[in-house]
Amino acid sequence: MAKLSHIRNFAIIAHIDHGKSTLADRLIQLTGGLSPREMKDQVLDSMDIERERGITIKAQTVRLRYESETGELYILNLIDTPGHVDFGYEVSRSLAACEGSLLIVDASQGVEAQTLANVYKALENDHEILPVLNKVDLPAAEPERIKTQIEDVIGIDASSALMISAKTGLGVENVLEAIIKTLPCPQGEISAPLKALLIDSWYDLYLGVVVLVRVFDGRLTKGMRVRMLGADVAYDIERVGFFTPKLVDAEVLSSGEIGFLIAAIKEVAAARVGDTITEDKRACAVPLAGFKPVQSVVFCGLFPIDTGDFESVRVALGKLRLNDASFNYEMETSAALGFGFRCGFLGLLHLEIIQERLTREFNLDLIVTSPSVVYELVLTDGREIILHNPADMPERTEIREVLEPWIRASLMTSNEYLGAILKLCQARRGIQVSLSCVGSRTILSYDFPLNEIVFDFYDRLKSASKGYASFDYDFTGYRPCDLACMQILVNGEPVDALAMLVHRSQAEVRGRFICETLKELIPRHLFKVPIQAAIGGKVIARETVAALRKDVTAKCYGGDITRKRKLLEKQKAGKKKMRQFGKVDIPQEAFLAVVKMGGE
Amino acid sequence: MTVELRGNFGIYVHWPFCASKCPYCDFNSHVRHKEVDQFRYAAALIRELDYYAVRTSGSGRRLESIFFGGGTPSLMDPRVVSKILEAISCHWSIDENVEITLEANPTSSDSLRFAGYRSAGVNRLSLGVQSLRDATLRTLGRQHDAAEALRSMELARLVFPRLSFDLIYTHPDQGEDEWREELSLALSLAADHLSLYQLTIEPGTAFYSLERSGRLVMPLEERGRTLFDLTQDLCLAAGLPAYEISNHARPGSESRHNLIYWRYGDYIGVGAGAHGRFFEKSVRYAASAFRLPETWLSMVEKNGIGLEQDVPLSPAESGAEFLLMGLRLVEGIDLDRYRRLSGTNLNPERIASLEALGFITRHKDGRLAVTVEGRAVLNRLIVELID
Repeated sequence: MAKLSHIRNFAIIAHIDHGKSTLADRLIQLTGGLSPREMKDQVLDSMDIERERGITIKAQTVRLRYESETGELYILNLIDTPGHVDFGYEVSRSLAACEGSLLIVDASQGVEAQTLANVYKALENDHEILPVLNKVDLPAAEPERIKTQIEDVIGIDASSALMISAKTGLGVENVLEAIIKTLPCPQGEISAPLKALLIDSWYDLYLGVVVLVRVFDGRLTKGMRVRMLGADVAYDIERVGFFTPKLVDAEVLSSGEIGFLIAAIKEVAAARVGDTITEDKRACAVPLAGFKPVQSVVFCGLFPIDTGDFESVRVALGKLRLNDASFNYEMETSAALGFGFRCGFLGLLHLEIIQERLTREFNLDLIVTSPSVVYELVLTDGREIILHNPADMPERTEIREVLEPWIRASLMTSNEYLGAILKLCQARRGIQVSLSCVGSRTILSYDFPLNEIVFDFYDRLKSASKGYASFDYDFTGYRPCDLACMQILVNGEPVDALAMLVHRSQAEVRGRFICETLKELIPRHLFKVPIQAAIGGKVIARETVAALRKDVTAKCYGGDITRKRKLLEKQKAGKKKMRQFGKVDIPQEAFLAVVKMGGE
Repeated sequence: MTVELRGNFGIYVHWPFCASKCPYCDFNSHVRHKEVDQFRYAAALIRELDYYAVRTSGSGRRLESIFFGGGTPSLMDPRVVSKILEAISCHWSIDENVEITLEANPTSSDSLRFAGYRSAGVNRLSLGVQSLRDATLRTLGRQHDAAEALRSMELARLVFPRLSFDLIYTHPDQGEDEWREELSLALSLAADHLSLYQLTIEPGTAFYSLERSGRLVMPLEERGRTLFDLTQDLCLAAGLPAYEISNHARPGSESRHNLIYWRYGDYIGVGAGAHGRFFEKSVRYAASAFRLPETWLSMVEKNGIGLEQDVPLSPAESGAEFLLMGLRLVEGIDLDRYRRLSGTNLNPERIASLEALGFITRHKDGRLAVTVEGRAVLNRLIVELID
């Protein structure tokens, strides 16, 4: 058991691509957490999707053993945090479990808005911040300019910032020494009743629900009966331990330590993030502050393409939910689509990841209906309802007022991209709150309707700024809007899954764009297929998919029918990946494309 | 089952060698720079025939057709053809009207062997003319020119009772007028049968690489359709209506061999890469041989047979194949036979909706057939019909 003075708990704050995961890899390597054979890139990003997209979705923790220059042994607990705006809530949890943060800044790109937002969150948690300039080996690196920028923008002393290259390993050893010298050790009372924070929980196929905890006071031991104060349930602890990042069992986790516990917890939802864990027979007096519950901001319907797959979708969603309490779902039925689920997500990236996991890990082909934010409707009879499904839109005459959610965004960019970004903000109905320049950077504050930024704003921003802009947001409240329900008719029949709630002023542009996109994605049929966008019976956009004119095999070689039959089977399989609406087959991609488009 | 066995039996003999590989061809053809030991190959083909004689014995089949395809069978020594035909006649009872076809290239050197083939027993020649224009023949990588093709056709008409020739159309830059002129000339030269194939780009061919690199641009679908429609009209007017997607004949002069394929009859294939479909004890088999001639040869010499695959077909597979082949024919298919093969019926709603769109029709005798409109989009029709 380590003394509190020889423990350091720290998070890593960095913008996407600034080298956070690579630095984590190096620290693990240096302290011998994994042998060279076990090491792979971005070792903490364990999901396939995380590796492929190069992003961190789930926070990960790892315990490092470090022998200092003076020969003393320290325990360092590192929490790796997600970088994408959709997963900002994970950052807050990780920060609450630590006393300090490494602030990684790319030595050529400088501070980004999201880094800034996270640094402020860290400062709110009374963190000591250790600035680290990464990628100093690159020709474009300007460490002195970036140091000044850190001081100007964030207001912390950057004069002793470490200069490293996580990729080559340059200066990485100094990081470990700086952590023990600069960051504070945890405080706590080992003899006090157990008080531990539930940081995160996930479902492991072999272990069941694994709970990540930070012990503040007392000791958490194997066999102890603990109580989750918020949920008010007691469990017997089966195992405790930590990650190196391999799972290592221990007898006890003491005040100041971070580790895991395993008990007979059935599902992740029962282990509420932010809950306080204490000993059942000797409870702590005051629970920890905990976190705000996570709220879904984007909703959409998920329907199996093959209606027979409904049960499999239910099982798959249940399994994903075991591991990700941040999305929720309930059953939904649609006249055209049959049985499916209405699901809520943290953002569009979150939605895409869940959809992709359902397809990839569970081999399910799905129709994703047009996503929507949550609107508040005041009806003429005075009732207030919430609306996030176009199918539930009441008649226009029954609606007195529609309110939509607004957010305040902070954006940061190099001045050269400012023009493009201002144009984008304007196109998204943004209202400028403030604009300030620091050196060659501009910090913008804007109010936006959530609807305008939740779909593809982040992608557009990245392309408008060649990636040199960043973005973070908070909810501010609801404001009135003029909302319409736009129907998409394919071959004269409305397709529920494509119906969407749109701002009336943007309906025509969006309708046209959707018709054009569908025209490219709906395969040609034996007859021509008109595609129309309409609001309340009035057609506002139209395209036509021409009829197939020729599709015939000219010759078959010497009685080789097998090849033709294989081709037919392939075509049939392709058709199975489409859902028939009226007489028209619409492929999954068409629905996904509509999900992704926010309009120009 | 007995119904399926009454006749409709043919033998396909594959000769896998060519003097050169054409850039559009994805058939099992190989160019060998060392001279091929033809009699060694013939011996192997005869061993395969011996093998199949056992598998098809006692079924009372009468052989209606023998087809020498390739590759280039007109590179075969006529004595080799003769030996193979003799072996076949030892094993099966042969229909008095048996059709014996050999595919030939219309080069002057191949023409020298025509008389030899005729005396070996070949009674129908299928000439790979491909085009009557020198420029097109060069594009298609053929070894003959138009004049040579004409001489070859003239000779073939004198030597063989029946003659067919092939043309390829819808190649890059081919205009409507150009094809009209070429096809009209072809129709004036036609004996009783014509095969008119639209060029398609197949993976693994030289044209495929050219197209992928952008150096070959295929005509748009709409032009393909226009040329296809024009072809149907001109052939019909000339008294050689289509009886299959790409095949035209004077009534009664259809290729009996290809009809066996399209009517989903029984056939065995001998030679490298050859395919067969046949019933054996009520089970329908799909057989195919190793494609590489040398591999095939060593397998046959070792085991007496060069099959790479020899698998029973499920009812669903047989049903699908029956549709794929049968609907290519203007005469269409017998729905009862479909039910017997597949164990299911076609969806009547699907039939009705495709009928309403004008793509399929019911003949007076109840057979289900694809209309002229439908033939141009047959692949899609079958997907719609079958699922």
